[in-house]
Amino acid sequence: MRDVHYAVDGRAIFSGLNIQARRGRITAIMGPSGTGKTTLLRLITAQIAANSGSVSVLGQELSKADKAEIYSLRRRMGMLFQNGALLTDISVFENVAFPVRENTDLPEPLIRRLVLAKLQAVGLRGAAELMPASLSGGMARRVALARAIVMDPEILIYDEPFVGLDPISMGVILRLIKQMNVALGITSVVVSHDVHELATIADESYLLSGGKVAAHGTPQELDHSASEVVHQFMSGEADGPVAFHYPASDYFEQLLTDTEP
Amino acid sequence: MSNGREDNFIIGGVRRMGAIFLFLFRLLAQSVPALGRPGLIIAQIYNAGGRSLIIIMLCGLFVGMVLGLQGFQLLQRFGSEEALGSAAALGLLKELGPVVTALLFAGRAGTALTSEIGLMRATDQLTAMEIMSVDPLRYVAAPRFLGGVIAMPLLAAIFSLIGLFGAQLIGVQLMHVDQGAFWSQLQGAVGIRDITEGFVKSCVFGVACSLIAVHEGYNAAPTAAGVGLATTRTVVASSVMTLLLDYVLTAFFL
Repeated sequence: MRDVHYAVDGRAIFSGLNIQARRGRITAIMGPSGTGKTTLLRLITAQIAANSGSVSVLGQELSKADKAEIYSLRRRMGMLFQNGALLTDISVFENVAFPVRENTDLPEPLIRRLVLAKLQAVGLRGAAELMPASLSGGMARRVALARAIVMDPEILIYDEPFVGLDPISMGVILRLIKQMNVALGITSVVVSHDVHELATIADESYLLSGGKVAAHGTPQELDHSASEVVHQFMSGEADGPVAFHYPASDYFEQLLTDTEP
Repeated sequence: MSNGREDNFIIGGVRRMGAIFLFLFRLLAQSVPALGRPGLIIAQIYNAGGRSLIIIMLCGLFVGMVLGLQGFQLLQRFGSEEALGSAAALGLLKELGPVVTALLFAGRAGTALTSEIGLMRATDQLTAMEIMSVDPLRYVAAPRFLGGVIAMPLLAAIFSLIGLFGAQLIGVQLMHVDQGAFWSQLQGAVGIRDITEGFVKSCVFGVACSLIAVHEGYNAAPTAAGVGLATTRTVVASSVMTLLLDYVLTAFFL
């Protein structure tokens, strides 16, 4: 992403964002809530278009791509959604088989082997016949991961993969992200605010703040950054450059007036 | 003289109609490839039609029974109770069958369609499909739209048949109208044009109600309140549109 500007209803989300995810590496995108991390993923997956600047994925400039080219590009990408986003009316097996059935003409026996192999990789081959409603949060995330890798993508995008998980499930997902990267050589982009978890797997980290990259480097480099924003984020301080209070008028003055609210 | 608020209302209404028609064209374009997946469409015919069957049959029976009672009372004044069969058949086939079926369809299947698609939007299922290079219009919206369009005339036909049975039950069995006269008058009065009118109406209502339900769900705000609002709008818009189109089609067939 080069010099990306993006605004919603006149409110700037990004103003001159520069990010580069290297091939075969794990790139972490971090930042406080509301800094546009999920918006960034929507830009990368061409769900929305930048107002200006360049977003290029796997060598393809997204602003110049038509719908067919974007769909073709997406076949080379996988994405793990925050809530899994499994299709609720079909089984775990069918969920994982879904992109293969829709995008290829592979024979059924081959699809079966492919799906079982991916479910085995995430440890849920035994859950193949279950429906998504009967899965725990961690299991749903692993099924979604199996679905994201079933087309053997070149790039895998994770949107807040650790949110709402217990320590065991979190450890499993962390291990799987690293495994996918090492064993399959998949370029990984992980958006999260779980600093310490990301530090154990990320090759490179970007910290977003105020619509720009506030800091960038290895997790260790970010830990020793002199920037106040980086320090506040990495140490989890409640107040600092990222204020605790949402901008408002004077508290006592507001209490003494009759106006609503 | 119009003020700004009225202008906004009119412009908003025109925009909304434009958006619905654009959505219809996109849906029709995706319906062609969707026809190649009959399994998906049959599942949706079952969802929209099969699951509405009980309520349609029950309401058809009661509407027919009311028609039998009211018709008998009215026709008795003129000494022509034997015409009850033709009056009930024409009323059911041309008006009550298609209209009441469409209203029930909007309340039962339309709301289910809207909330299902709206929840798929709210839980990122539609976005996930797009990321997997699957157009949700083709996989989710088009089969549901086609399922509704196909189910509506079938449901209307069943409603009319059960309604006729209900009218016969009251007229012949309870009020002792001559059975032969009931059926022969019905046979003589109902022509292919009347059946065509009812069929065309139910097809048009099927397109309108399914389109509104799918459109509202597909464009629902991805929140609990957004899905609720979309569901309400489906019922209101489908009901109003059904009655409006009924007037237009009735005038056309006269």
